[in-house]
Amino acid sequence: MKRATTDPWLARYAFIGILVVFVVIFLLFPVSVVLYEALKGGLGFYFSALTATHSLTAIRLTLLVAVAVVPLNTLFGVCAAWAITHFRFCGKALLISLIEIPLWVSPVIGGLVFALIFGQKGWLGPWLDAHHIQILFAYPGIVLATAFVTFPFVARGLIPLMQAQGSAEEEAALTLGANGWQLFWRVTFPKIKWGILYGMILCNARAMGEFGAVSVVAGSVDDRITMPLQIEQYYLDFSLPDAFALASLLLLLSVVTLVIKIGLEWRHLAPNYVRPH
Amino acid sequence: MSVTVHNVSKRFEAFPALKDVSLEVQTGELLALLGPSGSGKTTLLRVIAGLEIPDAGQVTFAGEDVTEKSAYERRAGFVFQSYALFQHMTVFENIAFGLRVLPKKKRPDAAAIAKRVGELLGLIQLEGYEKRLPAQLSGGQRQRVALARALAIEPRVLLLDEPFGALDARVRKDLRRWLREFHDRTHLTSLFVTHDQDEAFELADRVVIFNEGRIQQIGLPAELRHHPTNDFVRAFLEV
Repeated sequence: MKRATTDPWLARYAFIGILVVFVVIFLLFPVSVVLYEALKGGLGFYFSALTATHSLTAIRLTLLVAVAVVPLNTLFGVCAAWAITHFRFCGKALLISLIEIPLWVSPVIGGLVFALIFGQKGWLGPWLDAHHIQILFAYPGIVLATAFVTFPFVARGLIPLMQAQGSAEEEAALTLGANGWQLFWRVTFPKIKWGILYGMILCNARAMGEFGAVSVVAGSVDDRITMPLQIEQYYLDFSLPDAFALASLLLLLSVVTLVIKIGLEWRHLAPNYVRPH
Repeated sequence: MSVTVHNVSKRFEAFPALKDVSLEVQTGELLALLGPSGSGKTTLLRVIAGLEIPDAGQVTFAGEDVTEKSAYERRAGFVFQSYALFQHMTVFENIAFGLRVLPKKKRPDAAAIAKRVGELLGLIQLEGYEKRLPAQLSGGQRQRVALARALAIEPRVLLLDEPFGALDARVRKDLRRWLREFHDRTHLTSLFVTHDQDEAFELADRVVIFNEGRIQQIGLPAELRHHPTNDFVRAFLEV
């Protein structure tokens, strides 16, 4: 039977065809080029490119940044989602929108803000200089800029999840004599732990891949740049194989993130999902 | 234990949910709060439990002022309309929750908790269900688990919000009878909210009629039927 909403087969295939062409040109092709170029010189060359001093320091710095930023934004995200879903206060809708600022603002601006605050001619620059504290062009600056960019990731996922769950179970726990700590760990946390993990995975992927904000605050000194910046550096120095080798690592990170993300979504969205014992 | 409410008012933004409400619940009484939806009866129950802070007024438990005490200090047994069972915990863990969160000095050991939960499962006639999750129970069974969970902490007062609201007629009748028998045995001071006057009149010792945030009349079922004091009560009870 033909329904009114059924498009003619020609239109259907045309749309699907266009979609496939776009996915191939814009997603699959670049990804395969990265992998091809990275491995072109053979595995031996690939691993030597990855273990080159520049690559190793960039990988190390990127990991150190993620290790600081992900817990920081997880803590913030859980606190924000808790406050927004459990307390009544005015300006709540505005606050939810404000949390999302880093998603709409160009990351470069995020970086510039920190440059303005901590730079030599910035508000706190002279004071920091006098006390020999370096924030800009150093690890703290990179962490701050990355934290800015990845600020909403955990909160944004948790707020709708916790709003949907409501506060009924928390209220029940209160009347049963649970204090705030017991209430969070015994009642709220088990309900949101997968949501937290989901946000952390996305936050981590973004933190490791961030270029714009970090490029403003990172140093030009070699040991002060992260993986994405080092890839650019290799590219500018015409060391394309090294650039592709390092890029393939970031790509691997994306694939792992995607797999975990799909896994978590499948667990979350599966109807009548019951925790196995 | 007696519960009193003195001149309690509560607004939600512009909406006045309770206007200068005073009420005394005597020890061992089973009291119904009856009224149309939005009349403030659930808000009053939540104020008594400590889940809402009143804008003005006072709540006392056995003469002690508990207005400033939080819900977890008051430990009033509360049965929620939607049961609010902990979805990720088994029936056993749900019922044991109030015992497990006790301060270390007062917390019973594992054997004592198991014994207490076993007794409560017997009371609600759900022996053998301890390993089930709430999602694997029927509405009536969930309701009884919610009741057992509230009773596990040996509350001095039991508060029930539309306890039979979401159940089908047959299960509702059975549970109603069960609750009345339970109350006759234990004489636990209890308040329940309902919009169903048959339920209120059949179950309660005294009925409080609510409308627009105010108590309209308090009395024995027969008094209310025969001597309604105002037009609202008369119209609401259709006498």
